[in-house]
Amino acid sequence: MHAPKPSVDASHPAPAPARTGALNLADEARKREVRTSWLLSAPALLVLVTAASGPLLIVLVYSFLAAGDYGGVVWSLSGEGWFKVFLSRDIFDDTVGIADAHLTIFWRSVRLSMLTTLICIALGFPTAWFIATRSRESRNVWLFLITIPFWTNLLIRTFAIMEVIRSEGIVNTVLMTAGVIERPIQMMYTDFAILLGMAYVYLPLMVLPLYAAMERLDFRLIEAAYDLYASRWRVLRRIVVPLVKPGLIAGSILVFIPSLGAYVTPRVLGGGKNMMLGNLIELQFGQGRNWPLGAALSLTLLVIVMVALIFYVRIVQKEAASRE
Amino acid sequence: MTESEISIRVSGVTKTFGEGASAFHALSDVSVDIRKNEFFTLLGPSGCGKTTLLRLIAGFDHPTSGRIELDGEDISQLAPFQRPVNTVFQSYALFPHMTVAQNIGFGLEMLDRPKAEVAATVAQMLSLVRMEALADRRTDQISGGQQQRVALARALAPHPKVLLLDEPLSALDYKLRKDMQIELKRLQSETGITFVFVTHDQEEALTMSDRIAVMNQGTILQIGSPREIYDRPEQRFVADFIGDSNFLEAELLTGGASGRLRLGSGHEIEASVPEGMTAPRRVSVSIRPEHAALTSGAEDAALTGTLKEIVYFGTDTHYHVALGSGGSFIVRRQNSRGVTETLEPGAAVGISLGPRSVQVLRD
Repeated sequence: MHAPKPSVDASHPAPAPARTGALNLADEARKREVRTSWLLSAPALLVLVTAASGPLLIVLVYSFLAAGDYGGVVWSLSGEGWFKVFLSRDIFDDTVGIADAHLTIFWRSVRLSMLTTLICIALGFPTAWFIATRSRESRNVWLFLITIPFWTNLLIRTFAIMEVIRSEGIVNTVLMTAGVIERPIQMMYTDFAILLGMAYVYLPLMVLPLYAAMERLDFRLIEAAYDLYASRWRVLRRIVVPLVKPGLIAGSILVFIPSLGAYVTPRVLGGGKNMMLGNLIELQFGQGRNWPLGAALSLTLLVIVMVALIFYVRIVQKEAASRE
Repeated sequence: MTESEISIRVSGVTKTFGEGASAFHALSDVSVDIRKNEFFTLLGPSGCGKTTLLRLIAGFDHPTSGRIELDGEDISQLAPFQRPVNTVFQSYALFPHMTVAQNIGFGLEMLDRPKAEVAATVAQMLSLVRMEALADRRTDQISGGQQQRVALARALAPHPKVLLLDEPLSALDYKLRKDMQIELKRLQSETGITFVFVTHDQEEALTMSDRIAVMNQGTILQIGSPREIYDRPEQRFVADFIGDSNFLEAELLTGGASGRLRLGSGHEIEASVPEGMTAPRRVSVSIRPEHAALTSGAEDAALTGTLKEIVYFGTDTHYHVALGSGGSFIVRRQNSRGVTETLEPGAAVGISLGPRSVQVLRD
């Protein structure tokens, strides 16, 4: 009764000779499209390969070479650079110990960067919320204002902060004149100064992606949650934060990564004592005259960033997977 | 209606948006009592204030003046999460980052009910709206009709004293809307919850409601059962907005519940008169097209005129008549098989009006 019908399923074209011509044409078109997109992205790829991968490769090679006496590298294979990243050799009896100074700096960099990210979230979240809940016209004005700090040089802005917090600076002068304090509060050359500087510099990088996420937020969902007995705090935690999470993640990455490699801010506001990774690396290429160690430290920074990112993405993916 | 039968009492509520010259009066001195276990509908065109009134009851906005009571308690100033009232939103507003089951359980979870109770209620709600199979789907993976049912289940799960529905069926196609109308009535009778339903669709209001409040320009014009609203519209807007109506000028001779009226044709007829209206005076009257009939002769006809047009609608036929006393009149006749059309445009016709078919309007 039921004779097998000839398959005429469009999604699985049978290799019928009449079709091959059309298929070839479609194939050709697809190939051309691929070619065009490669051509279009060629300039960017060229820049990326030569300006990013190239130097990175050089750094990688340098990290395995020996240090020259007056800087630079000597072309002989050596593990000394990598050795000194984590370990140190006593100058008198050659006993090997852990490089405490380096670990302190690693830890300070990670800690200060995480704190900077947290501060930026704490300050940026309400700011982005404020902007996202304004009328359409005034939003643009606020966004414009947010970007103003980018118009001046980072170094100048950092020195400006110094002018505010140094012992003879604005804050201390005002407080002393008002009689609140007797002697100036030491704010310069502390972790606080570095944190303040970094949070100030990177705050817009948190606000902008957060704003982008909040602008797309359907505010009727918030009303719905209120209606279903969620208090304001719970609406924030259960509805707003999960829905703006992509913006929160993007902002965190944009703040955390440059904080970790920050150079100018800790240099100017932290002084020589409160070094961060960026300063340690610079030291090796400058006064330290240990290019292989500098190169190895740079790659260590890269690894820390990558580990942090993978960790972050894992959490997000797990979160997304649990939703399926 | 005794005090204990009243669920929501809105008294003298005014809501003004903005200030000064640009102020917009969304509601002006609105009062209404909504009974327990009632399917109450706020019906009106867009911008009439029906959604504003709903939002005031839900707590998303607060009245400029007046008060709103729930079971005798003033709730006007309470936040939405402090009121045992839930809303089904026009856009459904389902949480996109939660599953169907998590959406339904959200309200109970926020009330800090034990996990087992939440799970049990969610299961019960899923079966109530027939969505058991899709409990773990994300809300963007289900159809519009299914989203609608999830929104209903989510609002019903905490067992609110009052369920507010803001045009919940407007996004659905015709067939689905018909099904959901029946579904809503079933849910209301099964749960015994007071439903306050907002719509601009008069047919929806007539078929589903126990009582309807017809609103326009921030005021309630008339409150009554669907039959009262349709058969005894007291204002021109109500008669016009709900169904079709013929409007005529007439002379009210005597007042009272059923007064006497002289039509423009000189014919005198009995008419129902709104409470408290005095006679004699000039009035407008409303006559539904299906409450009138065509007669071939002029004797015992209330109105006479010339047949202008015959429009066939399938279920019924509309006869457009130019009245001898001026103006036009539409008579609707139910079609049945085996009856052939004998009238032709141009014919002189009389219009007879059945008893109690003439309603005197207040305006």
